[in-house]
Amino acid sequence: MGSTLAEKILSRNSGSAVRAGDIAVVPVDLAFVQDTTGPLTVRQFQASGLKRLANPKRTVLFLDHAAPSPRSEHSNDHLLMRRFAEEQGCLIFDVGDGVCHQIVAERLANPGEVIVGADSHSVTAGALGAFATGMGSTDVAIAMGLGKTWLRVPETMRILTTGKFPTGVFVKDLILHLIGKIGADGATYKSLEFGGDVVDGMGMPDRLTIANMAVEAGAKVGLFPSDRITESFLKKHGRGDKYIPLQPDQGATCETTIEVDVSKLEPTVSRPHTVDNVALARELKGTKIQQVFIGTCTNGRIEDLEVAAAILKGKERNSRTRLLIAPASRQVYLDAIEKGYIQTLVKAGALILPPGCAACLGLHQGILADGESCLSTANRNFKGRMGNTQSFIYLASPATAAASALAGEIVDPREVM
Amino acid sequence: MLRGKAFKFGDDISTDLIVPGRLAHLRSNLPELAKHVLEDADPKFASKVKPGDFVVAGKNFGLGSSREHAPLVIKMAGVSAVLAKSAARIFFRNAINQGLPVLICDTDKISDGDELEVDLGAGVIKDLTNGAVLTSGRIPEVMLRILESGGLIPYVQRYGDIKL
Repeated sequence: MGSTLAEKILSRNSGSAVRAGDIAVVPVDLAFVQDTTGPLTVRQFQASGLKRLANPKRTVLFLDHAAPSPRSEHSNDHLLMRRFAEEQGCLIFDVGDGVCHQIVAERLANPGEVIVGADSHSVTAGALGAFATGMGSTDVAIAMGLGKTWLRVPETMRILTTGKFPTGVFVKDLILHLIGKIGADGATYKSLEFGGDVVDGMGMPDRLTIANMAVEAGAKVGLFPSDRITESFLKKHGRGDKYIPLQPDQGATCETTIEVDVSKLEPTVSRPHTVDNVALARELKGTKIQQVFIGTCTNGRIEDLEVAAAILKGKERNSRTRLLIAPASRQVYLDAIEKGYIQTLVKAGALILPPGCAACLGLHQGILADGESCLSTANRNFKGRMGNTQSFIYLASPATAAASALAGEIVDPREVM
Repeated sequence: MLRGKAFKFGDDISTDLIVPGRLAHLRSNLPELAKHVLEDADPKFASKVKPGDFVVAGKNFGLGSSREHAPLVIKMAGVSAVLAKSAARIFFRNAINQGLPVLICDTDKISDGDELEVDLGAGVIKDLTNGAVLTSGRIPEVMLRILESGGLIPYVQRYGDIKL
């Protein structure tokens, strides 16, 4: 009997052949927290009686959610985390370094590893063939101290992709379409495993965008094979030696298989207040937008800024629509400066925010007014998510976001591309 | 045996509705944060709930963020268990880690304000107001032991390790 990617990785790490439904104790290869979950992790670690981190060089603290701190309470949380890092000798990425998931992908995650992060979007590293999942502060505190965790081996929902993306349609449209189809709880507890022709040719940035949103369908992990694309990404980031090939077996048992022909997709938008409430961008034409936000662990990479810059080049945002852009990491920011995208975007009226989570979760940097709508490239549009329960959040691709910033309302980006 | 009143919520109650990001600065001040529990779903909940009461919800309760502060403040409010048609994975695990039981059952049979009696060991929920009897599925052995210990920290203090 063949194995799914989840079964393969967890068998490899637990040291015994496990199947969906089994419970396994597995060593943790990388554990991380961010500044809104990390302080509780530090306190729980101290309460547990565990004195030292099992693996300080693979324990990472990120200050990205309130970055830089907008209030003294966050500043004190940051201080607590910096002191803990110093005491324990673990890694810390400070304010301005970028969003945890982007840095994990750029510098830390490797195929075949088990990664736990105290952030639901820790699933992002599934793009590299790592069993990467989000947990709470206490689970991660214990993983940091014991160097292991327990996991139920998830059943697999396989997503088989075929076809060719039409112009103006991107992987963000694919994942929004998929979540609309299966629902915000359609993959709860499951492994979403992506395969097919489209995936075989898909670059790492696109894989990261898709894996990132697996949790929006309730999934425990969003897994991609580890292949030549993974290998070249690892090489580019100076860790080619960490490459191992990983593919699901032909005869693997998947609970369900869903086929998506990407040739048939159109620019897609999630409407307030759930991610599965999807519509086509053209169906929402005329929906006024007061703020466009391009960034986050979903779509704040250099390829995303490239798409936005191409659409906005030589043009100016609608005077009634603010345009906020946050590169996902310091590296992305530097690349965007070097390639001239930042200049293009600023000329088009964009405000560049520091690398980090920025406006995504309602802490700072772009909180909406009552009745306002934001079109965002993030992953979540829950009521109140961006700091005001009386506002509205739409989710879309960077292309749809950039085109809508020009129009001042939601438009199909193919109108301007 | 747990006994208390049902506070009914709908489907898809996200962690943003339980403890919103705009209050993230209170996460190191839990007593203050707990005053806002479920505020964006029901502004009066925190002032009405009494020790022993139940949060009763529809499907996908606790979806979204991994913030463990969500089950933490629900527990601090005195809620003895969460009953839902289904729960998001991270919330479910976080709740158990905080020693807050989550029972998956057909909550359509329960109305807001009903008096409930819950036998955690047997997984049986009795609605004393309308007479309905509901059952919930079993949770894995390891979770049961974490719950019995009062959460993951007391569990690790007791066993010193994760044991299956």
